[in-house]
Amino acid sequence: MSFTLTWKSAVLAAMAVAAPILAPSSAGAVESNDPIKIVLFDWTSAVLNAKILGGVLEKLGYTVEYPTGDYLSSLTTSLTNGDATIGIEYWDTTAGEAMKASEATGQTERLGTLGPKAKEEWWYPLYMKEKCPGLPNWEALKDPKCAEAFSTAETAPKGRYLGGPVTWEGFDDERVEALGLPFTVIHAGTDAAMFAELDSAYQRKAPVMLWIYSPHWAPAKYEGEWVQFPEYTAECYTDPKWGINPDKAHDCGKPHGEIWKFSWAGMKDKWPVAYKVAKAYQIDVADLNELSGEVDLKGKTIEEVAATWITANEAKWKAWAQ
Amino acid sequence: MSDIALSTGRVHGANRTGQLVVAGMIAITAVILLFPDALSALAKYPDGLVVPFKDWVGAFMAWLKANFTWLTRSLAAAIDVPLRFAFSLLAKGFKFGNGETAWTLPRLSWLGVTAVMVWLGFNFGGLRLAVLCGLGFLALVFFNVWDNSMLTLALIAICVPFCIVTGLFLGIWGHLSPRANRWFIAPSLDLMQTMPTFAYLIPMLLLFGASPVSALLATGLFATPPMVRATILGLNKVPQEIKDFADMAGCTKSQKLWRVLVPSAKPSLMIGVNQVIMLALNMVIISSMIGAGGLGYDVLLALRALKIGQAMEAGLAIVIMAVVLDRLSQAMAHKRPEAVIAAGFWGRHSNTVLAIGMLLGSTVLSIAFPAMNKLPDSLTFTTAPYWKAGVDWITINFFDTIETMRVFVLLNFLNPLRASFEALPWFGILLVLTAVGWRLGGWGLALVIAVLTGFCATTGLWVPAMQTLYLCGVSALVASALGIPIGLWCSRSDRVSAIVTPIIDTLQTIPSFCFIIPVVMLFRVGDVTAMIATVAFSIVPAVRYTNHGIRQVPHQLIEAGIVSGCTKWQLFRRVQLPVAMPEIMLGINQTILLSLSMIIICAMVGTRDLGQEVFKALSKADAGRGIVAGLVIAFIGIIADRLITAWVNRMRERRGTA
Repeated sequence: MSFTLTWKSAVLAAMAVAAPILAPSSAGAVESNDPIKIVLFDWTSAVLNAKILGGVLEKLGYTVEYPTGDYLSSLTTSLTNGDATIGIEYWDTTAGEAMKASEATGQTERLGTLGPKAKEEWWYPLYMKEKCPGLPNWEALKDPKCAEAFSTAETAPKGRYLGGPVTWEGFDDERVEALGLPFTVIHAGTDAAMFAELDSAYQRKAPVMLWIYSPHWAPAKYEGEWVQFPEYTAECYTDPKWGINPDKAHDCGKPHGEIWKFSWAGMKDKWPVAYKVAKAYQIDVADLNELSGEVDLKGKTIEEVAATWITANEAKWKAWAQ
Repeated sequence: MSDIALSTGRVHGANRTGQLVVAGMIAITAVILLFPDALSALAKYPDGLVVPFKDWVGAFMAWLKANFTWLTRSLAAAIDVPLRFAFSLLAKGFKFGNGETAWTLPRLSWLGVTAVMVWLGFNFGGLRLAVLCGLGFLALVFFNVWDNSMLTLALIAICVPFCIVTGLFLGIWGHLSPRANRWFIAPSLDLMQTMPTFAYLIPMLLLFGASPVSALLATGLFATPPMVRATILGLNKVPQEIKDFADMAGCTKSQKLWRVLVPSAKPSLMIGVNQVIMLALNMVIISSMIGAGGLGYDVLLALRALKIGQAMEAGLAIVIMAVVLDRLSQAMAHKRPEAVIAAGFWGRHSNTVLAIGMLLGSTVLSIAFPAMNKLPDSLTFTTAPYWKAGVDWITINFFDTIETMRVFVLLNFLNPLRASFEALPWFGILLVLTAVGWRLGGWGLALVIAVLTGFCATTGLWVPAMQTLYLCGVSALVASALGIPIGLWCSRSDRVSAIVTPIIDTLQTIPSFCFIIPVVMLFRVGDVTAMIATVAFSIVPAVRYTNHGIRQVPHQLIEAGIVSGCTKWQLFRRVQLPVAMPEIMLGINQTILLSLSMIIICAMVGTRDLGQEVFKALSKADAGRGIVAGLVIAFIGIIADRLITAWVNRMRERRGTA
């Protein structure tokens, strides 16, 4: 008789037994046991920061999840409705407009800076200095001979500059025109493609001029320099009269800037302590570069590296939670 | 008889007029091209007349979001339950409690899962399949991609049954109501298959949230259509005698459907199932961008850090998973249901019990032996350095030769071609395409084509659309030019076929993103790289359909050819090729559609066309703009598909094999 029990009813029975275990346990020390969701973007430092902050929050008793997400659109989608609680790295240099749009919705909050300064600019490997001795001063690029040294067959006699994806706020086409540089801007569709070209050129000691940003593993791995353009100011991008070219805007370098943390606006009320920690969370640039290097150049896993930082800086993050 | 004679006469008459009309339209296009200034409004679509479709779509999305979020969110919450269970079971383990006091029930042991796969393989396909399943899953363990592979497998395991059931019901509806099929189901399927997923990611994110659920639904939208098509086809093909028999036996409507029709259509249905699995695995990269994680995320993260080897391994893990699941599902389809002789619980369920036992046993053991939960890193190994070294070696030694070739192709062929496509006048093309449509398929087709082409122009996206057409056109041409001869070669030699088949299987399942980055190292960013990546992906159907087409030429025809004294060449030229032509054309049709689906990936290596438009919309979270650009891509595909299908039908009619 008992063996007429089908496996379906066996599963049901098992579920009945398990039900009390599955039910949410009594509230612990934290305000809410709902998961705090930190978005993972697809580059190392962002994952590293997310895992460090998440690790700290877990030590404090919170439940943390790490959904993967798209960098720019997360600002105006998942963070506005609480699908994601924290986005850890939004750069002034590439997401300036998107961050403004996100704040305009009123459903997200800028949590303050991450610490390291974002720098992005035209960059060349050191060996190119021989062919264009005036560098890093940008005026050297106006010399046709120097531009030709950076050319390829399809851009010659103009130099070839490999810019970031068109979705990043680069304004390189405008810059080239405003500064009168004999360069053609080629847009890489993704930064993976951009660094693939750099790696290939660097191995062959071939000419290359491209958009690089820091903190990133590339300036650590390859020897090179940033081009020095006229210093960026906000007016330079908006006011044509500013700068050397009286008729055009964008006659200066790229903005440097901060890297910002963002949260869903509801986080403050739902997890006040976690909110405090997330707001206080900062990491210095030297630390971040070293940790990224451990991952990208030495091949450790991100979780290992994050755990080391958390153990080493216990005093620091305990203070944040006070 | 006279009917047939009459209609052939009509076809011939229409032929001549048709040719004249098409020629006339081409002449008009040439005139517009010759006098660009006088006829500028016909050459370049006037900005003032652009219809703001994207604003309308955007407003509609906003309305949908404001009024139906409760519905979409509760749907998402419902789907989330089984999905989370699968994630926990296979990959993450069940976590109870919070913070320091939390404890975790371990996930299924890799040993148990692999053992069950071997067992399944053995039961359905014998020793060979068992070895394939075992080696495949062990490779996932030893290459240290198990965690993410299981995340992907969990998503697939929940998604695929979901797609199959939805697809089956939609297909049954399509079968029962031809009218619904013609006016609603078939067009929707076309759209779902040609519209790039990236175009509807933003609406997905807004309505269903950034979570694995969105990823699952996006995968479902993309992977379900073949199941619907296979169901409709299978049910429609069930012989009339069987249907009559069911009626005679006194079946009720539902008995007839579920006990007679669906079982009879099983072979077709299984082809659908197989396609669902393959397409679902195709989506892993994209789903990782909206919250699914898994192998796709591994690929992205590795490529961002230029770890080509790691990306390649994660990509190959996807291939392994695809091959194992594909072979297993095919074996299951071929295995005939055995009569249940052994009665009783044990007799019927011994396999299930055994499998559960293996899973439970190994998982319980894994509490004592952690190595059975996660293989220690010291035992795993990686081939990553070799991939990197290989690519570096080629870069250093062959870059200059490749660069010379690339520049030559770019300057002499691609750039001029691109410029001439960009210059094509919208009004002229609209006329030419409509005339061709009318000639091949009558007024109905002409109307459809005119509307779809008109949409491309009125959105103000004409130039990007022509750039897309250029890249797809060139790639599809190259893919066909390479793929058809390879397919012919395969059809003439089993050995060649045995070598080529696994290669094209891999090309189809490995994420293009894995090999596009190494290609950039050799060919720089730009059109040449994009073309290579597109050709590598879209060559597959050209090879497959050609091979298949030639191989299924009826034996009697070949014998008749031999008897009438054909030389080998004549046999091929006069018998095999003409008979296989419709099949080959279908292959080309698929090649074009696959080229179009690569447009988005190509935008990642710096092409500037509709793909880039979709990306811009994605980064600005602009739902309307993305969907409209996606629709234009879809419409290009549908136009190409309709014209080629109409042409194939005409060819069949003329040969009398319709």
